[in-house]
Amino acid sequence: MERMDIITSKTVVLPVENVDTDQIIPARFLKATSKVGLGSKLFADWRFDAEGKPKTDFILNRPEAAGASILVAGDNFGCGSSREHAPWALVDYGFRAVISTSIADIFRNNSLKNGFIPVMVDAASHAKLLAAPGATVTISVKDRTVTLPDGAKVTFPIDPFARYCLLQGVDELEFLLSQEKEIAAFEARLSQ
Amino acid sequence: MKSQPRTMFEKIWEAHLVRPATDDTPAILYVDLHLVHEVTSPQAFTWLRERGLKVRRPERTVATMDHSTPTTPRGRDGKIPILDNAAAAQIATLEKNCAEFGIELHALGTDGQGIVHVIGPEMGLTQPGEVIVCGDSHTSTHGAFGALAFGIGTSEVSHVLATQSLLQQPPKTLAVTVEGQLRPGVTAKDIILAVIARLGIGGGTGHVIEYRGSAIRALSMEERMTVCNMSIEAGARAGMIAPDETTFAYLKGRPRAPQGAAWDRAVAAWRKLPSDEGATFDREEKFDASTLEPMITYGTNPGMGIAISADIPAPSNATAAKALAYMGLTGEKRLAGHKVDVVFIGSCTNSRLSDLRAAATVFKGRKVADGVRTLVVPGSQAIKKAAEAEGLDRVFTEAGAEWREAGCSMCIAMNGDQLKPGQYAVSTSNRNFEGRQGAGGRTFLASPLTAAAAAVTGRVTDARELI
Repeated sequence: MERMDIITSKTVVLPVENVDTDQIIPARFLKATSKVGLGSKLFADWRFDAEGKPKTDFILNRPEAAGASILVAGDNFGCGSSREHAPWALVDYGFRAVISTSIADIFRNNSLKNGFIPVMVDAASHAKLLAAPGATVTISVKDRTVTLPDGAKVTFPIDPFARYCLLQGVDELEFLLSQEKEIAAFEARLSQ
Repeated sequence: MKSQPRTMFEKIWEAHLVRPATDDTPAILYVDLHLVHEVTSPQAFTWLRERGLKVRRPERTVATMDHSTPTTPRGRDGKIPILDNAAAAQIATLEKNCAEFGIELHALGTDGQGIVHVIGPEMGLTQPGEVIVCGDSHTSTHGAFGALAFGIGTSEVSHVLATQSLLQQPPKTLAVTVEGQLRPGVTAKDIILAVIARLGIGGGTGHVIEYRGSAIRALSMEERMTVCNMSIEAGARAGMIAPDETTFAYLKGRPRAPQGAAWDRAVAAWRKLPSDEGATFDREEKFDASTLEPMITYGTNPGMGIAISADIPAPSNATAAKALAYMGLTGEKRLAGHKVDVVFIGSCTNSRLSDLRAAATVFKGRKVADGVRTLVVPGSQAIKKAAEAEGLDRVFTEAGAEWREAGCSMCIAMNGDQLKPGQYAVSTSNRNFEGRQGAGGRTFLASPLTAAAAAVTGRVTDARELI
């Protein structure tokens, strides 16, 4: 895994609540057996019409969204299906973080394992971000802070171990594998 | 000294701690049963191969194929034809992975195949007190047996395959207490749709729900599975119900349930699982079952549900207005009477024998309305066989419905069963997200009774008018 710390980017604002993982990547694109190239299907039914042409009014198709790697979305982002294809598609498209007031549990877990930072902020900070699409924002994983467009810094919660893994560029499986003795001891107790 | 009263969740959690959480690291939780399907596992097996790892406990791992599998009738050769090359490749990949890593697989076309959350309980693999995971958010279904069961992502699938363990932060607990008696024609599906309508789609985030109260205790195991299944639709990763005589009667004699003296020991242990008197939950929500009505959703998330006789609420914000626009509906009007193009009876929520029997009470002696397509899709090959043995398939086909092979079918629309753009469906599945049942399709979630009533009238109908 790549080390992750500072992300500075302009934002893309998607002011919709309860964006579910079926919108982030529709189920018909889950027949792949690898995770390569899923970015082309990100938000497929919002980005493209029935003929596959880009819908010009959707924010990701607008010129001002080009190059942005921070998504600002409405409350309860990533709800629904557990598909890890959702953060895979976001990362493959070029996003590195999402900022919302709340983020669904499974999506948040999946994101942290893919170097995609789920950032939850209070309603007032969120309102500032919604009101300033395209503004430049900095996220620091090390400091657990978001620097808002007006320069104010707010902290966000992040699981300490997930943060450690992001900063060091190590993955959780390595850690679990290193606990072999404890797992074996637990299994020995189970079989008694 | 008497120990602190504990919830069922706390008992199961503590019994599975390989290592408790520290300030720096999450808890390591041991997994008793890992269920695997074709869609969320291929990348996990690839990573194992890349790192030269084995599956630590193949005997605790069981696979089937359900999401991308077609449900179209078998050909003359007795095989289910797979016309989609990508689906065929994914199915072949699971077969290869299971063969290589030594995992029990219930493949397409075999007697044990079915929706992963249907076959686990059916085989007796799902047992009280277990930690059960699967790369699927509806793993919460298994909580109906007093298990801690939750969905995981593909990275976590690889963690469990390699170590039989998961890193977890302890969730909070939420008691959903449902007291009183349901009125005739009101079902387990209506209970859970009413719960989600009150909690909202994110209302249970960060929590494990325990469903309690006299209305829950009165439910059969199949009904309890319907309730726990949709816990994730309120944002809760897991839902659970204390095991009792209903649970033990369901499990006794199932092929993978303990037998003989081991059965008696298991039941004695399971009796200790329910939450202790005086155990505290982080939060509680109370419901009165006697006031519940048949429920139906009108919007684009499962929290947007109403009693079938009620008006569609006026949109309260831009997101709600967007949902109504997608659905082609207007607020402050009744949904009952709205036209329906397709009816889907199936999915891990409502594809079990009792669901099919309920639907059949409506179909018997009636015909599917002109212009309505109706699919009835059993949750497993075993259910298909049992339904056919009691003639349910003929009730459906004589009414003009399609009787299919087992699978997820139109719940997820990645297997050929899907809505056309703009079509309206009454569906017994669990999600009404935009495009969930096919791009541009529009879903009303409801019980098997309500779905069957819509099929025979061609309109959103209160089934109590027909039964």
